[in-house]
Amino acid sequence: MMDHMEYILNILPFILSGLKLTAKIYVATLVIALPLGLLAAIGKVSGSQFIKKVLFLYTWIWRGTPLLLQLFFMFYGLPVIGIRLSPFAAATITYALNYGAYLTEIFRGGIESIDKGQYEAAKALGMSYAQTMRRIIIPQTVRRVLPTTCSEAVNLVKDTALLAVLGMPDLLRIATQIFTRDFNITPFVVAFVLYLIISSVLVKLFGKLEKMYSIYE
Amino acid sequence: MEYVLTILPILMKGLKLSLTVYVIVISLVFPLATLAAIGKVSGPRVLKRILFLYTWIWRGTPLLLQLFFIYFGLPYFDINLSPLVSVIIAFVLNVGAYETEIIRAGIESIDKGQYEAAKALGMTNVQTMRRIIIPQTIRRVLPATCSEALLTFKDTALVAAIGMGDLLRSAKEVVTTDFRITAFFIAFIIYLFISSILVLVFSRLERKYSIYE
Repeated sequence: MMDHMEYILNILPFILSGLKLTAKIYVATLVIALPLGLLAAIGKVSGSQFIKKVLFLYTWIWRGTPLLLQLFFMFYGLPVIGIRLSPFAAATITYALNYGAYLTEIFRGGIESIDKGQYEAAKALGMSYAQTMRRIIIPQTVRRVLPTTCSEAVNLVKDTALLAVLGMPDLLRIATQIFTRDFNITPFVVAFVLYLIISSVLVKLFGKLEKMYSIYE
Repeated sequence: MEYVLTILPILMKGLKLSLTVYVIVISLVFPLATLAAIGKVSGPRVLKRILFLYTWIWRGTPLLLQLFFIYFGLPYFDINLSPLVSVIIAFVLNVGAYETEIIRAGIESIDKGQYEAAKALGMTNVQTMRRIIIPQTIRRVLPATCSEALLTFKDTALVAAIGMGDLLRSAKEVVTTDFRITAFFIAFIIYLFISSILVLVFSRLERKYSIYE
């Protein structure tokens, strides 16, 4: 038991370094995907026919195909046609586009669920469309879609594990490397525990956030 | 165009594997998850605790980690399974955890009046579940289950990560061998096509069985 603990303490620094990359991709993805999803949702609701079609294609393709395929495409496919990105950039773009597509649909559903009376009242008050969106619709939408958005944010943590397949040193990959090196399943167990802690903490945090902003409908 | 025709057989073989895994997994998941959900709702305390741990761990950690653990880690315990079996076990456990929660929420949403009426009619717990509760639950959880089924199809691509020759892996090998990006485009189209078909099938299913509440 004791050298079990010592072993865990030995490998922990390595595994935590993988966590750093996981966290970086996580934050970078959300920072891009959230505004992207919001803008695209507004575009889908009130944009020109052309924009609507483009955005429809975007969400259709990026939600209808596996994230891993999208990652493979960015990592292995782009260099073939001459586009070379850093691994981090390629990964971030892929995750952001993928989650952006899901968020777009989530936000769009939220926007469309706001009843028309709000728009009418805003018009009666002389607000422009942009003002209506900014001051009336979007704030209400954000509150409504908060639960779903939070559960997507928790999913993202688990999806970052796919970086391991691309050879990027995230939490899962490092755990796998240590496993292969030592032929001991302890790193996997540690990885399980870490992911579990992270997702549970996020779930609790988001739960608090949701309660704070919960709709009194 | 000719190139597409030459690589199509390889991709189709991969697709067969993807679909095989998918069909086996979803046929196993629903019955197992229903049992687990019933266990969570009306089982003994020990069972409830075990199932709580199960869904907590299996929903709170990445599918890929679970896949790696079962595929690479089990041999460490001298358990040697074929790739297909380990993949199916991993998927069934993972999707099963999500589905258990979905069904459990469905069961708990059936109002108590149903149970009372059944009791008044002299039904046992088992009869109540089988004849009254579960049929209503199935209809209620159909939308969530269908969207879970759709996600599962995309998740089958993960078996590429452990070297199984599914659609994604075949596409990747073709791209890296021929150094042409075409195979990825075809893979995109095939996945899109199948997930769109699934969406259509599921919405038909939902419409047919939709609840008249």
